[in-house]
Amino acid sequence: MSDVAHPVTRPTPVTTEPRLARHILIGTVVALVAVLLFAPLFAVFAEALRQGWAASIEGISSPDARAAIRLTLIVAAIAVPLNAVFGIAAAWAITKFDFRGKAFLITLIDLPFSVSPVVAGLALVLLFGANSWFGAWLIAHDLKIVFAFPGIVLATMFVTFPFVARELIPVMMEQGRAEEEAALTLGASGWRVFLTVTLPNIRWALLYGVLLCNARAMGEFGAVAVISGKIRGETTTMPIMIEMLYNEYLSVAAFSLAAVLALLALVTLFLKSLLEWCYADLLAATRRH
Amino acid sequence: MFVEIEEIAKEFGTERALHPVSLSIPSGALIALLGPSGSGKTTLLRILAGLEFPTSGRVLFDGTDATGMSVQERRAGFVFQHYALFRHMTVFENVAYGLRARKRHERPTRAEIGRRVNRLLDLIQLPDIGSRYPSQLSGGQRQRVALARALAIEPRMLLLDEPFGALDAKVRKELRQGLREIHDTTGLTTVFVTHDQEEAMELADLVVVMSMGRVEQVGKPADIRARPASDFVRTFTAA
Ligand SMILES: Nc1ncnc2c1ncn2[C@@H]1O[C@H](COP(=O)(O)OP(=O)(O)OP(=O)(O)O)[C@@H](O)[C@H]1O
Ligand SMILES: [Mg+2]
Repeated sequence: MSDVAHPVTRPTPVTTEPRLARHILIGTVVALVAVLLFAPLFAVFAEALRQGWAASIEGISSPDARAAIRLTLIVAAIAVPLNAVFGIAAAWAITKFDFRGKAFLITLIDLPFSVSPVVAGLALVLLFGANSWFGAWLIAHDLKIVFAFPGIVLATMFVTFPFVARELIPVMMEQGRAEEEAALTLGASGWRVFLTVTLPNIRWALLYGVLLCNARAMGEFGAVAVISGKIRGETTTMPIMIEMLYNEYLSVAAFSLAAVLALLALVTLFLKSLLEWCYADLLAATRRH
Repeated sequence: MFVEIEEIAKEFGTERALHPVSLSIPSGALIALLGPSGSGKTTLLRILAGLEFPTSGRVLFDGTDATGMSVQERRAGFVFQHYALFRHMTVFENVAYGLRARKRHERPTRAEIGRRVNRLLDLIQLPDIGSRYPSQLSGGQRQRVALARALAIEPRMLLLDEPFGALDAKVRKELRQGLREIHDTTGLTTVFVTHDQEEAMELADLVVVMSMGRVEQVGKPADIRARPASDFVRTFTAA
């Protein structure tokens, strides 16, 4: 294309900003990321390892700390799949059907985002506590919810409910119903359409929603703090255990546990990047018609 | 298969999409539903496919009542306006979808499915694109793949919603000819929707002119040209 006789002029795409502006913008973002995201994370790991590996490993291998890690993982393992299912169901109902009260339902899904987690925890205590509406019935049937495992799961599910649905709704809105209708006309049953058309089309949004939901489920503090009663070794999840250790000036143990929590989140993010990288070709091919 | 539409009406809430409409579609005919935007063409086509159910009235296939029949049972090959190809599947998988979705005892073997898909890709004159994704095809190619996918289920009739709507004039002409040929070789009762009177007149055996949820006139293209039943038909079909 380039003609040798002509002086070389660099074509500048219309969307490109002047060089200086570009550098300032990129620099600002990098600096912000470094200060706001990277530095705190680094500080946590540095503090955890201040007295060496042995001290931090000891800090997280006390029975209470191990119980906290186990509890957090179990709660996430129950709450996240359930919320994934509810999220898919909610997004499905909202995007594929027209019904009255739809706008209200969308608002309701956002409720956990707008209500403070502490208020959510208190609300659950009011509902299921000893003096509550269901309290007498629960005691009569020897069911413990408040200050016990079921309460923690409930609180976690309440707080993390919107993540999956929020990720899915815009994607499913954009995709519309045409592909599903096409599958139906080709003779597929509703369930088969869901498995072979709907689910593959939303899998990345779903994965992302599940990861966010998982990160929040493991990290939730406020609602769980209220409903768990903070019984050491029994109802203390990792974030609550970290706070307790910190308040007791056991900072190496506190930061070591915090580092484990941060690592769990980083592992999920890493997994997501790995999957995206593995399926990059397929993603690029299927993203747009 | 011959289709009879008896006094079909459709309301969406308070909105009347179709006033009672009646229509007979002879077996093996190529029919155009012609009308301006909002005249109810898509609604009528979707009712035939079982994607929408009428508020009142009956649909008969070969003389038996099919009004309550599910979309799967109807086995109507449907080509959507924007094709609605499965974006995460290759062309081969798209065309094979309907065969693979059959119940186990009706499902052809893998080899047989492969043979049938390849035969269909030959029919639409795109034999080498089986491994591509829809996003890697041109608009005209997508349209033909959508047609092959609809034909794969050995449909009882073929329904097409503005099949050439999103294509440029030259490709439209080619594909029009292609549809005519496929119709003539398969002998399928075929209904297509269009708002282009030239397309309807040139391609169809029988043209159904619609306006505001009503059928204005049904007839052979030449008859409609020669004897328009109303002022609306006259102005709308004026070339
Ligand atoms: N799902 C729906 N909900 C509410 N109203 C609808 C729905 N589908 C169609 N309508 C209404 O029914 C009428 C007929 O629509 P239809 O899609 O059948 O028209 P059309 O002839 O296919 O138009 P176009 O050429 O623009 O596609 C329109 O007034 C439309 O607003
Ligand atoms: Mg339409």
